[in-house]
Amino acid sequence: MERIPILRMGSFLLVTIQVDMHDRLALQLQDDLTQKIAETGAIGVLIDISTLEIVDSFIGRMLANIAAMARVLDAETVVVGMQPAVAITLVELGMSLEGVRTALNVESGMELLYELRGNFRPELTDEAVEG
Amino acid sequence: MSKLPELVRKHERDLQAGWLQHMPASVRRSDLIKDAELQSQTRDFLGALVEGVRSGFLTDLDAPAWEKARELMRSISASRAVQGFTPSETAAFVLALKQPLFHIIRKELAANPDELFQEIWNATLLLDQIAMFTTEAYAASREQLIKRQQEELMELSTPVVKLWEGIVALPIIGTLDSARTQVVMESLLQTVVQTNSRFAIIDITGVPTVDTLVAQHLLKTITAARLMGAECIISGVRPQIAQTIVHLGIDLAQVITKAKLSDALALCLQKSGRTVVRTATRKTHAEAANGKGE
Repeated sequence: MERIPILRMGSFLLVTIQVDMHDRLALQLQDDLTQKIAETGAIGVLIDISTLEIVDSFIGRMLANIAAMARVLDAETVVVGMQPAVAITLVELGMSLEGVRTALNVESGMELLYELRGNFRPELTDEAVEG
Repeated sequence: MSKLPELVRKHERDLQAGWLQHMPASVRRSDLIKDAELQSQTRDFLGALVEGVRSGFLTDLDAPAWEKARELMRSISASRAVQGFTPSETAAFVLALKQPLFHIIRKELAANPDELFQEIWNATLLLDQIAMFTTEAYAASREQLIKRQQEELMELSTPVVKLWEGIVALPIIGTLDSARTQVVMESLLQTVVQTNSRFAIIDITGVPTVDTLVAQHLLKTITAARLMGAECIISGVRPQIAQTIVHLGIDLAQVITKAKLSDALALCLQKSGRTVVRTATRKTHAEAANGKGE
């Protein structure tokens, strides 16, 4: 079964969605991501959806849910690279994704995460080197 | 069985002559339409009328037999709309046929008052319907014109300008309706992606009124921009508009609003960690210029 890879960058997690999002994949991602946050103690999650062209209300809600779950696990979520058509669709669906932070691209998303988490740079800690 | 078809066919020539002759000058409008064109219009119309009444459907203009007449009236109305006739003049053109037609009916059926009345009634019903049809066709052709102009206007009026690296502005001129909001929203979001801008300023100086609907459209645009990772600021809020917004109870608490575009730009610069510094006072500037001249 296909999965969306979750990459670890120091104390941040990077998720790049490069396939069509269907409902089961979304639920799988939700599972994997919460698991990974708990496992690694990540303090930030960056979700890149720049190649996502179609969204529905379910995917929209899933993004909001992931952000809320991450918050409970003490990690900030930033969604980056949303396409104009996707943004318009979500607004028309009445989903403004309150509580989800957004940025234009991965670069500014990372900057935002650093900002949110003070100056905590994801330097490789001893633990990370071992892991 | 109505005698109208037979009468019209028999007296087609007389009808045309009478029609042209009795047409009042206010309907004739020789300043707008040439004699030859008018003659061919009346001739074609009578031809179509004969074909229509022959079918027997005297009061039903939707019948297939009237197709030719309808097509003709549509083209006459459209050409008259372009030539500068008013709708009532266009309808009066058809109604002017009543007098010669009634005249002929009276002449033919003078012996039988019942029949006379019946035929006049039929004829008046028919011509009234055709006249109404021309008015409708006139309005339809006008509507088309308005629609085309609207589309042209829409494309004309949604420029997005780049103010600084990472800062774009969208000056909105004119009323915001749903269709325009869609265009505005799309062009703004497109530009945000293309120029990689973190800040977008929507300037509403040129928006005459802000009601709940316009505010809702603005909020939608702002939310969409936020979803993409850009921050929106509304500028150009005039005092009256500020009053209206509060009176209508529109909640703009989530949105940054500024009175002037310059204030919004200053805020964007500040937020992106830039400052604008004056390098020289006016006096030293003047001295520098003088020094150069010596």
